[in-house]
Amino acid sequence: MKIAFTTSGNDMNAPLDTRFGRAPKFLVYDLDRETFEVIDNAQNLNAAQGAGIQSAETVARLGAKAVVSGHCGPKAFRVLTAAGIRVFNADSGTVGEALEQYRAGKLVEAGVADVEGHWA
Amino acid sequence: MTPEIDKPAKTVAVASGKGGTGKTTVSLNLAKVFGSDVQLLDCDVEEPNDHLFLDGRPEQQEIVAIKVPDVDDTLCDGCGECGRFCEYSAIVSFGAKAIVFPEMCHGCGGCMMVCPKKAISEVDRRIGVVETIQSGEITLIQGRLDVGVAMAPPLIREVKSRLRGGIPAILDAPPGTSCPVIATLRGTDFVVLVTEPTPFGLHDLELAVEMVREIGIPFGVVVNRVGIGDDRVREFCAMENIPILLEIPDDRRIAEAYSRGKLIVDALPEYTGLFKSLIGKIM
Repeated sequence: MKIAFTTSGNDMNAPLDTRFGRAPKFLVYDLDRETFEVIDNAQNLNAAQGAGIQSAETVARLGAKAVVSGHCGPKAFRVLTAAGIRVFNADSGTVGEALEQYRAGKLVEAGVADVEGHWA
Repeated sequence: MTPEIDKPAKTVAVASGKGGTGKTTVSLNLAKVFGSDVQLLDCDVEEPNDHLFLDGRPEQQEIVAIKVPDVDDTLCDGCGECGRFCEYSAIVSFGAKAIVFPEMCHGCGGCMMVCPKKAISEVDRRIGVVETIQSGEITLIQGRLDVGVAMAPPLIREVKSRLRGGIPAILDAPPGTSCPVIATLRGTDFVVLVTEPTPFGLHDLELAVEMVREIGIPFGVVVNRVGIGDDRVREFCAMENIPILLEIPDDRRIAEAYSRGKLIVDALPEYTGLFKSLIGKIM
């Protein structure tokens, strides 16, 4: 199974980014192979609108089944849910630390979007 | 898609980069001293306020809606064509059924056209109203965007589609240089850019000039509150060969009249000639 982490860095020691839609990059970790790839999200970072929706679509296309990020807005949450992707909120720390927390079952799964949208 | 203006005698848009420079003041006073039938369009649909300065009640109110997609889940196979087409991420699908975000939709109808399964139809989504108010020789047509709606351009186009041919029109634009302003300016014959002689006024005037040049409409500048700030707006206009059509002095009595909902030319008749001279130059 693959998990997408939001980050501004390129490896497991990079800090987790608290934004989902406008995260600079996604680090997609493959739990089965214990490998990861980093995908640039600059296009959505700079989008005028729809960043959350586009980012959710990106993550879904990458085959991730879970997202670990700081916050997730209502539109992104709706798309992620429709794609069967679970959303976990993590406060801070590095991607590696968030992964350990996930493995230990310490991350809280978000039942709803935890921040307001910008348009509604 | 864009309704063409049914060519009135002449249409003049009053715009500005910076907010609060006096677009409404200039638009209303021009309309008031025009001297014959004139149409005044309040295109600042997020906060229309021209009506506050005119007598007369709305004679007509029409609801404006845009078409947004409605997906038939039994026909959608999640191919994703709609999402790939949509510039605004208002519809998205990837293997799963399409999801619609009506508040993001600009109503272009493209998703419906590209859907291979014909699973998309259109439903109305209300965005606001257009109201018409008759006040003496002025016919005010104003758009009023519903609270919570972020889609001004379609409503502005609806306001403009109600222009009647043969009667001159003054279009009071929203501030800034983004889509709602472009929607207002497009198709007009002349643009008046209102600014103030301050660094902020100059900065935003430069942006507005760039915008109007890009659209390719003749324009000139009105400097409001002359006496404050510095001389750099004048220097900029001289350097760029932009005509300064009118200078309105920084007169406290103008602000006082405005705050009571009175027009300059009504409260301070000595300014009537100033606005008439502007009409002579542009209309």
